[in-house]
Amino acid sequence: MGQITLSGVTKRFGQTEVIPPLDLSIDDGEFVVFVGPSGCGKSTLLRLIAGLEDVSGGRIAIDGQDMTAAPPAKRGLAMVFQSYALYPHMTVRANIAFPLRMAGMDKAEQDRRVRGAAEVLNLTAYLDRRPGQLSGGQRQRVAIGRAIVREPKAFLFDEPLSNLDAALRVGMRLEISELHERLQTTMVYVTHDQVEAMTMADKIVVLQAGRIEQVGSPLDLYRAPQNRFVAGFIGSPRMNFIEGAEAAAHGAHAIGIRPEHVAVSATEGTWRGTVGVSEHLGSDTFLHVHGTGMADVLTVRAGGEVTLKHGDAVFLTPDLTKLHCFDVKGLRL
Amino acid sequence: MARTVTPARKTINTAAAWSVALLLFFPILWTVLTSFKPEAQAVASPPIFLDFDWTLKNYEDVQNQRDYFRFFWNSVIIALGSTALGLVIAVPAAWSMAFVPGRRTRDLLMWMLSTKMMPAVGVLVPIYLIFRNLGLLDSRIGLVVVLMLMNLPIMIWMLYTYFKEIPVEILEAARMDGADLRSEILYVLAPIAMPGIASTVLLNIILAWNESFWTINLTVSDAAPLTKFIASFSSPQGLFYAKLSAASTMAIAPILIMGWFSQKQLVRGLTFGAVK
Repeated sequence: MGQITLSGVTKRFGQTEVIPPLDLSIDDGEFVVFVGPSGCGKSTLLRLIAGLEDVSGGRIAIDGQDMTAAPPAKRGLAMVFQSYALYPHMTVRANIAFPLRMAGMDKAEQDRRVRGAAEVLNLTAYLDRRPGQLSGGQRQRVAIGRAIVREPKAFLFDEPLSNLDAALRVGMRLEISELHERLQTTMVYVTHDQVEAMTMADKIVVLQAGRIEQVGSPLDLYRAPQNRFVAGFIGSPRMNFIEGAEAAAHGAHAIGIRPEHVAVSATEGTWRGTVGVSEHLGSDTFLHVHGTGMADVLTVRAGGEVTLKHGDAVFLTPDLTKLHCFDVKGLRL
Repeated sequence: MARTVTPARKTINTAAAWSVALLLFFPILWTVLTSFKPEAQAVASPPIFLDFDWTLKNYEDVQNQRDYFRFFWNSVIIALGSTALGLVIAVPAAWSMAFVPGRRTRDLLMWMLSTKMMPAVGVLVPIYLIFRNLGLLDSRIGLVVVLMLMNLPIMIWMLYTYFKEIPVEILEAARMDGADLRSEILYVLAPIAMPGIASTVLLNIILAWNESFWTINLTVSDAAPLTKFIASFSSPQGLFYAKLSAASTMAIAPILIMGWFSQKQLVRGLTFGAVK
């Protein structure tokens, strides 16, 4: 079991309120991602759940039990840190066994569990090395190993992949997703990378300034963002926003259209503009279009083999069924 | 741009370094040499450098007049005792200042350091009176406590600096892994900070061993350490330079040897964190 419920949780550092009263419930076995820009309070929220920070108000329950005042060790949660936080003076074996040793488990059982975890994570050959002798990816695996041997109620991940290079990050992302498939344990994952959030989560919690902007499945957030912030944050490249006459024509203060929902043509279309920078990714090309008279720049997706060059005229046609309308407060209409 | 070092410049630098080192070491060398001279040659003018009648008589005399080992043991007990007691207080203090600082932690650290700037003689009378009333005069326990208190600010400061270098996530990971405060300090913090703790211990032993103000003023004979041993040769029977030098050599030899063997650790510890 690993059900986590936050009710009216607040956090203040001195006079500054970083998390205004917040309610959230995380179901057993769910993969929940907290996502938001730096300083939005997502890591603080995770640390409140972990017990590494004390709440200033409200209640945290794990499996129905009030854990608001319980020390981290008593909450039955395991955490993987961004910096790995391995014990540099211990071998990989001792690192993974540390939580078991603290729990007073007998040696044979410790050994059995460490070997099991090492096998799952491909660490068997490195058990007698020290963290300093491992690569970044291996260190992250040791950190995960140390978390899984405890068989916790839930895993907490604090930006675990941000210290890895891009290729490794994709690999580890898959590994963590597979781990979740296999263990079916609740995972709470903090990241500022919306791609990680979209690919891994069952449920995404978008945060800004300590407030929850929206909670939902990745596709819910993509299809029906509740406000401009979520609309701009989820999806890559980000959504184009257009205000003024064009928006008014749709009865809104602002309209949003994603780059992938605009048809690009060299000859005809609804809006006319000039090609600025184009980014070729091979499979796709993203064009930055200027001079439409509606927004400084519109980003649109074209096929991989577009021949449009800098300065060429281009015609854009938005898919009106994928248009998002927002009122003056930025809320979805 | 890398600085170019010509051979000539290198020679000059080396010569300069050796001159400074010799200048610093010379008093010790002179003391050791004098301790092997007959009393008459010890005060000869012009001074005799090496060409004197080498003798061990001063050492015999010194040992016959005072029991060296009694003073030696007192020094050992006082130095180790005050260091051990200091460590028990300084480690938790430095832990809390480094990892759970409050708004006043910085001020507290500065205040502790400022107590080291106060002349010790300023508190001699009150401490003497307190010790007299508590029956701690001329006792090892009294000296252990007073030397521990004198060196505690330095211990806390050193440990604080080392602890600050340790990422707090490692301690948080230990907390998540089920470690209580004791286990966290014992199994995680202390082993990681070991180089720093070791150099703090070494430096503190050296400071306590060499401390002479309190050890001379608060002891008579029972708890008298080697500092008192040296001092006792300087006054009563007039000045006997050779004997005094022999006594000094015997007093500083143990700490000199310890310092020699641990210099690598000391240097490493004192520059810990300065260069990563």
